[in-house]
Amino acid sequence: MLAALRCVIHRDLLLATRRSSDVLTVLLFFVIVVSLFPLGIGPDPALLRTIAPGVVWVAALLASMLALNRMFAADHADGTLEQMLLGATPLGMTVAAKVFAHWLISGLPLVLISPVLALQFDFPQELLGVLALSLALGTPILSLIGAIGAALTLGLRGGGALLSLLVLPLYVPVLIIGAGAVEAAASGLGGQAQLLLLGGLLVFAGAFAPWAAAVALRISVE
Amino acid sequence: MSINWFKYSSPQTFFPLAGKLALWFGALALVACGVGLYIGFFVAPTDAQQGEAYRIIFIHVPAAWMSMFLYLVMAFWAGLGLAFNTRLSGMMASALAPTGALFTFIALWTGSLWGKPTWGTWWVWDARLTSELILLFLYFGFMALQAAIDDPRRADKAGAVLALVGVVNIPIIYFSVKWWNTLHQGASVSLTTAPTMAATMFAGMIVMALGFWFYSIAAALMRARCIMLERERSSDWAVHYAKRSA
Amino acid sequence: MSWGSWQNFLAMGGYAFYVWGSYLVTLGLILAEVVLLAMRKRTALGRFRVRGDTGQGDR
Repeated sequence: MLAALRCVIHRDLLLATRRSSDVLTVLLFFVIVVSLFPLGIGPDPALLRTIAPGVVWVAALLASMLALNRMFAADHADGTLEQMLLGATPLGMTVAAKVFAHWLISGLPLVLISPVLALQFDFPQELLGVLALSLALGTPILSLIGAIGAALTLGLRGGGALLSLLVLPLYVPVLIIGAGAVEAAASGLGGQAQLLLLGGLLVFAGAFAPWAAAVALRISVE
Repeated sequence: MSINWFKYSSPQTFFPLAGKLALWFGALALVACGVGLYIGFFVAPTDAQQGEAYRIIFIHVPAAWMSMFLYLVMAFWAGLGLAFNTRLSGMMASALAPTGALFTFIALWTGSLWGKPTWGTWWVWDARLTSELILLFLYFGFMALQAAIDDPRRADKAGAVLALVGVVNIPIIYFSVKWWNTLHQGASVSLTTAPTMAATMFAGMIVMALGFWFYSIAAALMRARCIMLERERSSDWAVHYAKRSA
Repeated sequence: MSWGSWQNFLAMGGYAFYVWGSYLVTLGLILAEVVLLAMRKRTALGRFRVRGDTGQGDR
């Protein structure tokens, strides 16, 4: 089974490298959105330093959501998805593998580039690690929850907007805890509690979301 | 005597029962709301801190209770339909959603109108109102998903998955919002009156909640009947009913 | 709870806008829901007349 999962991940990564514009678009969206906030609010450094964690987190959330459509749509279009449904590997595991690949493509780059963007807001350097760590724990959760939404809306008209409506309310706790971790660290209280909570949410989502997404996939494809 | 649990699990048998129940619960709702409003306006005294503005509580709190309760009931029926593949359970879940969304909106609207005179702003980011807002989005998501899917069976099942995921998330959302609220505002900001509420105020709230509950049942049953007529158009009982009502 | 006069009752201690704004909107929305449901039923029944007995069951 591990071989099958490795195959799924490898395939998704290979496809992503061939259509690298998809990956870069998400990254660029992230960068642009973060830059929009100072343009809309004003360049006051103190204000920007305060809103930096929230802004980076919201932008990462929106960027990660943009990429969700791609998770199952391409495979659904060319019939690979039905093969996965019929295959010997449990669908939940296949979904987990696809989510992992999706995170490597759309989530990890956000994590890696977030410190640079936070510096645009004159965010204290010693806190950049907490920011990156909160995103590193949070973006997989977003991908996992997003997978359920992507599976439910597979092939539907109104796709992207409908997906956002379904998934954003479920993202709220991750956003609150993730941004809260950085803000707590910034105010000197330390973000360990929130980071641990995020870790717990990640484990919880990792256990249940692939299974829920698999159920949703069977409903959408039958 | 053995009970036939599944006697009313087909649209054909449930349709007339739903009609009768809807009338009864509608009447009960009128009575309960009448009593509740009487208590709220003519028995409960003026609040020491908030004056007469607090009387919004007799709608705000029951509506908020209903909004959360109806989501749970909706998720229950949706889950039942998903597990046992029964058509009627899915129809019941779809019937509940708009009424639930309505009460969520009412809770938000009255909360806003209550917040203005008491806290000075039209919107207060307190834990309960913010959670209600997210709950409204959850309802809208459910209704939008079902509206986007043409096949009613797929719509039922997809909605069920979404509703169940939502139900699991509601406690998580509520606690994270509550934590976020206390962190950012220090002292607890809440739209309730003082902790020791006069017994009459509490009684008014409870009776109004009952009234809203009966109304929700009546409205959901009426909507379920509409859904049954829409979906079962090719079945004999529906055709006969339509002929009789023409 | 005695209000003394109709004017006092309607004035709601100065909070008339907020209290009646809440109650009237609530009443209006509930009535709207009932009316919409009645219209929905009428439309559903109307489809039987238009399509006849052999219409396919759909949403």
